[in-house]
Amino acid sequence: MTTGLQRRNDRSFAKIALVAIAMFGFGYLLVPLYDVFCEITGLNGKTGRIDETEIAARYQPDMSRVVTVQFIANNNLGMPWEFGPSVESMQVHPGKIYATSFKARNPTGHDMVGQAVPSVAPNKAGRYFNKTECFCFNQQPLAAGESKDMPLRFIVDPNLPGDVTTLTLAYTVFDVTQVAMN
Amino acid sequence: MSTATATHDDHHDHGPAKGLMRWVTTTNHKDIGTLYLLFALVMFFIGGAMAMVIRAELFQPGMQVVDPQFFNSMTTVHALVMIFGAVMPAFTGLANWLIPMMIGAPDMALPRMNNFSFWILPFAFSLLLSTFFMNGGGPAGGWTIYPPLSLQMGDGFPFMIFAIHLAGISSIMGSINIVVTILNMRAPGMTLMKMPLFVWTWLITAYLLIATMPVLAGAVTMLLTDKFAGTSFFSAAGGGDPVMYQHIFWFFGHPEVYILILPAFGIVSAIVPTFARKPLFGYSSMVYATASIAFLSFIVWAHHMFTVGMPVVGELFFMYATMMIAVPTGVKVFNWVSTMWKGSMTFETPMLFAVGFIIMFTIGGFSGLMLAIAPADFQYHDTYFVVAHFHYVLVTGAVYSIMAAAYYWLPKWTGNMYDEKLGQMHFWISTVSVNVLFFPQHFLGLAGMPRRIPDYSVQFTDWNMISSIGGFVFGVSQLMFAYVVYKTIRGGEKATDQVWEGAHGLEWTLPSPPPYHSFTEAPEVK
Repeated sequence: MTTGLQRRNDRSFAKIALVAIAMFGFGYLLVPLYDVFCEITGLNGKTGRIDETEIAARYQPDMSRVVTVQFIANNNLGMPWEFGPSVESMQVHPGKIYATSFKARNPTGHDMVGQAVPSVAPNKAGRYFNKTECFCFNQQPLAAGESKDMPLRFIVDPNLPGDVTTLTLAYTVFDVTQVAMN
Repeated sequence: MSTATATHDDHHDHGPAKGLMRWVTTTNHKDIGTLYLLFALVMFFIGGAMAMVIRAELFQPGMQVVDPQFFNSMTTVHALVMIFGAVMPAFTGLANWLIPMMIGAPDMALPRMNNFSFWILPFAFSLLLSTFFMNGGGPAGGWTIYPPLSLQMGDGFPFMIFAIHLAGISSIMGSINIVVTILNMRAPGMTLMKMPLFVWTWLITAYLLIATMPVLAGAVTMLLTDKFAGTSFFSAAGGGDPVMYQHIFWFFGHPEVYILILPAFGIVSAIVPTFARKPLFGYSSMVYATASIAFLSFIVWAHHMFTVGMPVVGELFFMYATMMIAVPTGVKVFNWVSTMWKGSMTFETPMLFAVGFIIMFTIGGFSGLMLAIAPADFQYHDTYFVVAHFHYVLVTGAVYSIMAAAYYWLPKWTGNMYDEKLGQMHFWISTVSVNVLFFPQHFLGLAGMPRRIPDYSVQFTDWNMISSIGGFVFGVSQLMFAYVVYKTIRGGEKATDQVWEGAHGLEWTLPSPPPYHSFTEAPEVK
């Protein structure tokens, strides 16, 4: 093997190895890309958050339209909390703020921390469902045996597509005690 | 023993060093090719034994042979072993043996890295298989290791992740070596469009590997940190999303299935012209078809996830993009058929396997088209129909091409002809039994039998029994292959240099067996 060829091979190796390393980075880059993509398209049932002071400027209440909002609560595998909505559904006008709450009780003998994660169905309605206040914004600590009424204030965007008459808001509560302790 | 290391720097006419250290320290492309192929054969039987456990359990409804957790680890590890341990190393072994001989090079471009990339593999798979002896058992969440299920694995979890890392590093290094060899080491006159198709398909496969294996490495590293370092890439509680794992995984996973089949296309494109005694029909369209398949493989990944909850626009995009792959694939199948058209065909064992490949791979391709129909996929998803589909393209596709390659080039490698009678028996028993094994799984899937479940509803019993019987026969008949290979290495009728009457290409100009260093002086390519 001539040294010229050897050098050429080493250079080619370095170039291609760089591509491989870049692709490893690209794998990680997919994570923020995925979030941005979901945010732009409103996919994934992710709900929005909005400041209550901005509402008057942005939305006109649409009193002619009624949308049903249903509430569902789930527990992640192994999460022992008693968790559920205080009302199962509400009739709301888009553009108007409503308040409701979810109840949670920690039936175990030790203090725990929970995190609720929301999801809206149908998928395309997620971006039109905005919350001004939600227990899901923060981790929720519950002492042993404690129960809590956790408030939720939300507003449905009047631009919600006309064919959507029912929205389902589902919360899944996860046990994050371990994570919160660290 | 210390003389073994000298073989690389010393380009005189001497044979390899003797003893075990020859194989540990070798930098010779033929030695490393042999190691890869033998390793793949061993893994093929280990993965095959796991398939036998699966078919034994599914012989009857109810639980008879193993417990469900172990059954699930069998399906999971069977897949990991067959994909990363058998098929990919077998193709890399073929590449090592053949590419330097086909392009007129003395050896691979980076011989030391070549040695390293092989010797990582035994460690990778020892790590993977050692998980069976750990608390919690082997991985049982499916070869796709979807979170959150895969994160519930026991003590073996990091071992599985590191095994995947190592296997990935091995194939990335192998691929870099192949690309550098093809780009820099061709004999004078061997332009890109004169390269044999096996070299072309491997060049493109190597690029796919370099582009996607690191993405898999990233995905499994995220799993590892999610489990042990408190990150939340895929945990909804911490703001992550388990569905994102599926996107990242299949961004790797779909190109991966073409990594498992493109070299097979190259092998069949070498064998069919030899035994049809006609040049390959449509050489350049074959090259462009391979490149288009590779490109399309990057934009179809979500067809593995049609039921995950996607907007209709997404379903339609991935459905049409997937169906588009049928066009270049069809070009290939028609080219092979046109090559055989009016040829003076003979049916020695390699040709039987190649023709078997064309017919049965196409069956698998058609069921793939059915699965690509998004609305229909909601019924087929995660059923035995999918299992039947990918076993047609991987067993009667990829594995058949490897068998064909072994029979085709064994006389060149060893200097001895294989036993034609045994070879043909191996083909016919395999082909009958593999269809008895996998064809009924289409019916089971359409009738709604889910995959990855150790028990099933009684109405599925008959087809499962038939499938299991086919499985046992297919499994045992592969021992014939091992025997034929052993017998050919030991001796047999001497092969000529050209071996096959219709064979063309640089490797057939070398003696059989070829000298330890192939082309110390570059051949003339017209």
